[in-house]
Amino acid sequence: MSKKIKSILATDCGSTTTKAILIEWKEDRYRLTFRGEAPTTVEAPFEDVTKGVLNAVMEVEELSGRTILDGDQIITPDNGQSGVDIYISTSSAGGGLQMMVAGVVKSMSGESAERAALGAGSIVMDVLASNDGRLPHEKITRIRQLRPDMILLSGGTDGGTTTHVMELAEILAAANPRPRLGQNYKLPIIYAGNNKAQESIKSTLGEISDLDIVDNIRPVLERENLEPSRDKIHDLFMEHVMAQAPGYKKLMSWTDAPIMPTPGAVGFLIEMIAKKEGISVVGVDIGGATTDIFSVFEEKFNRTVSANLGMSYSICNVLAEAGLDNVLRWVPFDIDRSELTNRIGNKMIRPTTVPQSLEELVIEQAIAREALRLSFIQHKAFATSLKGVQSERTISDAFEQSSSGQSLVNMMDLDLLVGSGGVLSHAPRRQQSARMLIDAFMPEGITQLAVDSIFMMPQLGVLANIDKDELKDDASQAALEVFDNDCLIRLGTCVSPVGKAKPKSKMADVTMSFKDGSTKTIEIIEGSLEMLEVPYEEVKVHIEPSRGVDVGAGKGEPLDSIIYGGVVGLIFDGRNRPITLSTDPSKRIDSLLNWSSAVDEYPKGDLF
Amino acid sequence: MAHSYTPGLKVLKKTLFRKERILPLKGKVHVKKGDKLSPDTVVASTNLPGNIQMLKVNNILNIEPRDVVDCLVVKEGDSIKKGDMIAETAGIFGMFKSSVDCPVDGTIESISESTGRVIVREVPIPVEVDAYVSGTVDEVIEKEGIILKCDAAFIQGIFGIAGEKRGELVLVSNSSSDELTPDQITKEMAGKILIGGSFLSLDAYKKAMSCNVAAVVVGGFNYYDLKAVLGYDLGVAITGTEQLPTALIITEGYGSIPMSDATFDLLKSNHGNEASVNGATQIRAGVIRPEIVIPMISESESEDSLSKEPEGIQEGSTVRVIRSPNFGKIGTVTSLPSELKKMESETMVRVAEISIDGVDTLIPRANLEMVELQ
Repeated sequence: MSKKIKSILATDCGSTTTKAILIEWKEDRYRLTFRGEAPTTVEAPFEDVTKGVLNAVMEVEELSGRTILDGDQIITPDNGQSGVDIYISTSSAGGGLQMMVAGVVKSMSGESAERAALGAGSIVMDVLASNDGRLPHEKITRIRQLRPDMILLSGGTDGGTTTHVMELAEILAAANPRPRLGQNYKLPIIYAGNNKAQESIKSTLGEISDLDIVDNIRPVLERENLEPSRDKIHDLFMEHVMAQAPGYKKLMSWTDAPIMPTPGAVGFLIEMIAKKEGISVVGVDIGGATTDIFSVFEEKFNRTVSANLGMSYSICNVLAEAGLDNVLRWVPFDIDRSELTNRIGNKMIRPTTVPQSLEELVIEQAIAREALRLSFIQHKAFATSLKGVQSERTISDAFEQSSSGQSLVNMMDLDLLVGSGGVLSHAPRRQQSARMLIDAFMPEGITQLAVDSIFMMPQLGVLANIDKDELKDDASQAALEVFDNDCLIRLGTCVSPVGKAKPKSKMADVTMSFKDGSTKTIEIIEGSLEMLEVPYEEVKVHIEPSRGVDVGAGKGEPLDSIIYGGVVGLIFDGRNRPITLSTDPSKRIDSLLNWSSAVDEYPKGDLF
Repeated sequence: MAHSYTPGLKVLKKTLFRKERILPLKGKVHVKKGDKLSPDTVVASTNLPGNIQMLKVNNILNIEPRDVVDCLVVKEGDSIKKGDMIAETAGIFGMFKSSVDCPVDGTIESISESTGRVIVREVPIPVEVDAYVSGTVDEVIEKEGIILKCDAAFIQGIFGIAGEKRGELVLVSNSSSDELTPDQITKEMAGKILIGGSFLSLDAYKKAMSCNVAAVVVGGFNYYDLKAVLGYDLGVAITGTEQLPTALIITEGYGSIPMSDATFDLLKSNHGNEASVNGATQIRAGVIRPEIVIPMISESESEDSLSKEPEGIQEGSTVRVIRSPNFGKIGTVTSLPSELKKMESETMVRVAEISIDGVDTLIPRANLEMVELQ
């Protein structure tokens, strides 16, 4: 089979590291062959992002033996010995894309605007709304202080009243906001509100800003129309924000597809995978400063950024928001509280350090559980059905008090949970990553677990998004094949029955039929955690839950399914939901030690 | 020889210190290249646009937004005083008129027919930028500010709170491992910058603030005591805007940690000299560390050591361990093995072999910091 694309070079310019990967067509499929990384060079003394890109590519050249660069040019196309067919990049350097959004009603157009901005990969610094409780001058002061890269203004349904959205426009005009980068260009504002107000918006904001008008984000209350705003944000990100960042004009001239904001690319990939497989997915990227969560439930994509929940720069904020007791409940030994807070504080002020002792690792992973848990709570509150939608009720609905704005996140429906970010991807044992994911997200029923080994999802997202006709089929095939074969490390599957069960009672019987014809049955006992080492292969299961317990088919209903092992294997979690830990310290420590030992989480020694 | 890049905090006896002093908005620069500056010299000033008052004239007069224009007695751009009339209805046969008065001094910024609001901008707020340290103007950035230069001793801390302060350096602790205690702080120390050793307790910091001490430089402070000072949990290390009488600069980290000898000795040798400090810290991309600048009187040309490319750690380098175990200890690099090594946590990392008090130990390179000495 001949391929138009034989090799792909992709980079992701992060705020600290620029990562390059080389994907090649080998033995009838696309594989990731080499990767390299170098410090990002957006800031002084270099102030040119392309230097870091070239350094990362040079590392790929050295490892692969393939010549990719001719001076500071990327050689295209691939001639067999040198060059690559396409080059693409994502970027979150220089703080990524920072936006402010505005809507008339905070929980309606405000939330839709926030969803569009987050989906496009931006950090939402603030949501202004007519009903946010702030006085006009407070809003103005806030806009001036924040200096966003871009503003998205929405509000009103098409043809409806224009007063409120015009009031917001007047506040923006009075604030006369300046863009974050450079004093010499006008701030881009996207208007995606009531179409009747478009002319008035032009006269109010046209002079002071670089105004773009797109279709209403909420043309009627019952429908959200995010695509036009998202696309416009991507265009403006390239034209304005990236063009101001040092070296980006040069980088943009090298790439074969527009540079995407890193989280936007990840979201695109996750959305595509969920669609292709017809599954529900949650993806998480826990970084030093922020935690991003992506989900697809009921075919609806959502992304949230927990701006101050992270493992280094924001580690103290995790402590502040979760509380010391919630962090300590995951630590199976006694530690002086002031000593612990000083240690965490020191990690914040020296963010690049790594845990050398086992004790430090356990503490760091305890904090990660809380950072993930809190981020997921925020995500569940945001990923909801549309609010403010009126629905007709019949007498049969009278007893079912469902309202608009309910969370789409249903853990029993979740099929795949993917983790990435240092603390999950680089945990010394994969069992630790699995435990952190399970303890924080508390999956229910049958859920496959995976980690993105080197955070390749951004590059694969841009690859999947290439829309040039002659390249797009190969590019999306490459993205999916590399995602399946090289990007994900399949940890295994977690089976978690949920429901009423007495302590230490049986929650379910699980009968497994393996590929080699053998079978095995285990009992899931309330309060226990068990692991079975099974490689990444199909396992047929028949699960008989006890009365009042659900594994996905309903309370007490048996379930037949196919599950997969992985580098960790199959985990049977009888800890029910939510996972509760005893308030008696010795009982709590006993449980933690038992669970760790059941999955071989930490090396045996003084602590375990 | 093996080589590894590990950023460290600067402790420089003499360097060419350069600093941008820039306005938040464009304005006027009052000095020219080569001018001598004292810390208080105002180098540039501007007026920030005043606050906005939005008056819902249509609501107050109980009329339609489009009718507001007919009732106005002012137009866009007019200057207006507090109490002046902005709009008035015609009333009935000239009687029963309603009116709107201006609540502040300012100018009429805009009038909206679609919402019926009149926007009044209050008088501009003047802003001045001073020189911060003694020195000379090296470069003028038109309408924005200047770059100042001076020969100075320069020390970076690891974390600080409160912004710019200046004063005379006063050595209080006798050694780098001594705690700076409340009883050592007196009223006579108002306006001074105190040099401590390993630790400052919350009580001692409160005493310093009550005595109006300008700043305290010390090895360590307890993280949980910050809440008592700031009134909130410090979640992210972005500081500098705290309104506190006394800036705090910690040089080593949280807890009780002896100040590094290089830092302590340099501060000690400058006892009695004038210094400028800034507690502002930002630990994010584009990191800002708190600083202590001690301008030198001598006019001799100095090497521009600040603009030197940072050198990495190599065999023989003096380094400090910045994470437990061995946190705060100083050692010498004996080798930099290239292969990854497994730590007790089973983390595979690049390490450095360092000698601490004659004992060789393996430490992840990420947990080491260069101690830059001159």
